[in-house]
Amino acid sequence: MPTVIVDGHEIEIGADERLNCIEAARRAGVEIPHYCWHPGLSVVASCRMCLVETGTRDAATGKITMVPKLVPGCQTPARDGTVIVTDSKLVRDSRARVEEALLIDHPIDCSICDKAGECLLQDYHFQHGQPERRTDLNPFHSRRRDVGPTVTLFVDRCIMCTRCVRFTREVSGTAELMVANRGSKEEIDVFPGFPLDNKLSGNVVDLCPVGALGDKDFLYQQRVWFLKREANVCGGCSAGCSIHTEHNQDTVYRLKPRDNPHVNTWWMCDDGRYGWHHLHAPDRLLAPGRAVSASGEREPAEWHDVVTRLRAELEGSRLAVAISPMLTVEEAWMLCAVARSIDPRAALHLGHVPVRGEDERFPAGFTIRAEKCPNRRGVEAVLRLYEEELRGWDDLVRTVADGGVDAAWVTAGYPGPWIDDAGAAPFDRLRTLVVQDLFDSALGKRATWLLPAAGFAERAGTWVNVAHRAQTFDAAIRPPAGVWPEGRLYWNMLGRRGLYDPHAVRRQIAESSTTLAVLGGEIPPVGVDLRVEQLAGG
Amino acid sequence: MATNETVLLEAVGVPDGHLLRSYESRGGYAPLVRVLAEKQPAEVVEMVKASGLRGRGGAGFPTGLKWTFLPKDHPGPIYLCINADESEPGTFNNRILMEDDPHQVIEGIILSSFATRASTAYLYLRYEYPRAWHRLQGAIDEAYAAGYLGKNIRGSGFSLDIQLHRGAAAYICGEETGLIESLEGKRAWPRIKPPFPAIEGLFRKPTVVNNIETMACVAQIFRRGVEWFRSIGVPADPANPRDPGSYGPKLYCLSGHVERPGCYEAPLGITARELIDRHGGGVWKGRRAKAVIPGGISMGLLTEAELDTPLDFAGPGKVGCLGLGTAAVVVIDETVSIVDFLHNSCRFFAHESCGQCTPCREGTAWSLRMLERIRAGKGRLKDIELLAEIGSTMGMMPGSTICGLADGAAWPIKNAVAKFRGEFEDYIKRTNPGGWMVTDPVPALPIVAAH
Repeated sequence: MPTVIVDGHEIEIGADERLNCIEAARRAGVEIPHYCWHPGLSVVASCRMCLVETGTRDAATGKITMVPKLVPGCQTPARDGTVIVTDSKLVRDSRARVEEALLIDHPIDCSICDKAGECLLQDYHFQHGQPERRTDLNPFHSRRRDVGPTVTLFVDRCIMCTRCVRFTREVSGTAELMVANRGSKEEIDVFPGFPLDNKLSGNVVDLCPVGALGDKDFLYQQRVWFLKREANVCGGCSAGCSIHTEHNQDTVYRLKPRDNPHVNTWWMCDDGRYGWHHLHAPDRLLAPGRAVSASGEREPAEWHDVVTRLRAELEGSRLAVAISPMLTVEEAWMLCAVARSIDPRAALHLGHVPVRGEDERFPAGFTIRAEKCPNRRGVEAVLRLYEEELRGWDDLVRTVADGGVDAAWVTAGYPGPWIDDAGAAPFDRLRTLVVQDLFDSALGKRATWLLPAAGFAERAGTWVNVAHRAQTFDAAIRPPAGVWPEGRLYWNMLGRRGLYDPHAVRRQIAESSTTLAVLGGEIPPVGVDLRVEQLAGG
Repeated sequence: MATNETVLLEAVGVPDGHLLRSYESRGGYAPLVRVLAEKQPAEVVEMVKASGLRGRGGAGFPTGLKWTFLPKDHPGPIYLCINADESEPGTFNNRILMEDDPHQVIEGIILSSFATRASTAYLYLRYEYPRAWHRLQGAIDEAYAAGYLGKNIRGSGFSLDIQLHRGAAAYICGEETGLIESLEGKRAWPRIKPPFPAIEGLFRKPTVVNNIETMACVAQIFRRGVEWFRSIGVPADPANPRDPGSYGPKLYCLSGHVERPGCYEAPLGITARELIDRHGGGVWKGRRAKAVIPGGISMGLLTEAELDTPLDFAGPGKVGCLGLGTAAVVVIDETVSIVDFLHNSCRFFAHESCGQCTPCREGTAWSLRMLERIRAGKGRLKDIELLAEIGSTMGMMPGSTICGLADGAAWPIKNAVAKFRGEFEDYIKRTNPGGWMVTDPVPALPIVAAH
């Protein structure tokens, strides 16, 4: 195994790994500060913050020969015998000077800057900067300029790391951002008439190590140190990007991509990033309601009553169930169990799968899926446990129209409108219709029972993405008062004691399914590939 | 003028010397025809290596050795880039060659392309040379018509096209990888090395970048022989195994406060004093020289006492300068304030820094800001320390930048502060009697900012 020596400590790296000094040092627990380097972008080695001393240890004699100057850690490969020194006076002085230089043209308006608290310039200044300011002070100036519909640029806060420019060239392939002017008068800008307007634009804000690029959606909404973050999965499409939901007091403020080499690498799309506002929409359903007249008037009900009355009303019916691909695997499995306990011959269908356009693939490989739901694969895997044949939403509508059933239970939970009056008309003939949804709809108007559903950040459980990768997550926030997440309702309808425990349900599922057997164990933050696990297990 | 015969400048003053028939009448292109008929590329490389020719662009890297870094038996194209983005202040030797003897350059390019097996040569010309542009394009057209360029040159099976590219004028385009980026149509931000251009250069293919004067020297080596070339100049220092010697004639650009400024051809190793006195007719108006730039502003300064330094590739380095550079000797007479000189130098580099690396982008701007303040009568002794620190930490040599521009910006600062410290102190104390000792950070003076 190749050995790298970081500040005197030897660490081993993989024989075929291609690491730079920053990555190798990180393995040894040493953080080399850097601005311009990002693992998902090309190396430019221009910020010069990661300068370190390097050398080589002769394998035969053990003699160490140092390079007589500083080298950028991002650009220097770590090989067998590479010696990296990150804490010498030369290195520390160099970092202090880079920090000092970056602050020459920086307004230092942290008090009104959105990035304060998660700003690398701030952090590194406290860690590596020098206490005294020696440069000529500049008059305060902080120009703001729009670069696109989602992103705004605070021109003078920029440290010219060019991460954003490289992102639009290499990852989104749209190349809207550029460097204008030269030398210390350089600025990030867009060409007139060509704003930063692409489906991945929000990522440049995440990439910006300082407060130069601001997300208009988040700007001045919350100080970052009030935010708590929960590892979540985006429900916007079947890609299932790993995200962090950042929230405070049960309010989501922003979503950020979470590194996952198997799914989204470092990025997420704007559809997902800004696709949380429906959680706090004022027209969300907030209490269960039972229709009391044909005109659609509803009286509110208590959840504990719902648990018993629902079962009583559906008892004896021929029942069809639509299992929404917005539900988690656990919820889907419990709903199947609930349905079969009411009607042993209940027809279990995959719910409506919203599809919009075509898959959108970007040059670096990032793909936005046309299938706008996170868990079709997971629901299908559950349905295969109960049904010989997989039947979808259209089959269910046909069965309802043909009069094959007299009761239906439709789970939805889609963030936007999904069914129109014509689509919902066949459900008129049912004796009992249960609808669980985030918002009222043409179908909800016809429902005997209209139950509020939970949004993506309010659920806990497992989603299986388009590539059969299962990712588990906890709820980031509590649903609004009056809303029970679906899992809680099913758990109670199954007569189980205590609080809904997705983990216990997962273990049960794992015992009954070879496809989902791996869910019984510990799931890493990046998820597991069900097909690989199945091959390994089988 | 007691000099040896001029070789590189032989066409200067010759009527119509830039035309093909004049060049052929002086023996031009005959060596090329001979080489194409009789020699293999490897032999040409060996001859250039044996001649000891070092690149004339500034760094003085041995030309033949540079060519050998190209991958052997490379299946794809290899490119030769000719750097005519001559923007080092004080330098105009390439311009004379391109305007007065473009065929000499073109013959050198064809020979070098043959040696490196390049089938396309890109000549990157700075925008500000319209006359050179017309002359070069005229000469290239003549060479095509005469069969020295194009497909299957003179039946040798070797083909070459020369593309003349007119840059858009920025100092950084003269940095070899900056030039390559610019040729590719991008912003001229120097590339990180490795990979070096010989492995991955223009359009990601193996590339050699050479200077115009180097090309003229190559042409002369094949006209007059390796022995002739090695008979001129300064042999390698036996005490220094890393010194490959400084051979051949060199074009010195003499300007500033001299009686007869101009481009002079002299053997490498002539001293600065000899050049100024013999060729330039001495410092103007009978004054004394205060300082002399040995080879373009980025090389630093020689003091009056150091004028006997030989201007070969090793000489200026021995007295603390960066090197010979482009051999553009600029004389600064005793009436000039060294503070003004440094301000001018810093203004140039702050303007030309490409802005990629933090230490150069901010360091050049900061040093300019300090000098503007010093000249506005707000200097402090502490500024001298800060200038010295910027000078010693900015550049490729300490490792804080990608390219050598920052070294070029740092050297004048470093030399001026080290060699003329007393003058700086006097200036600051005289112009800022009340505040020269202050060490607090100073607020910027908006009124001082010139632009």
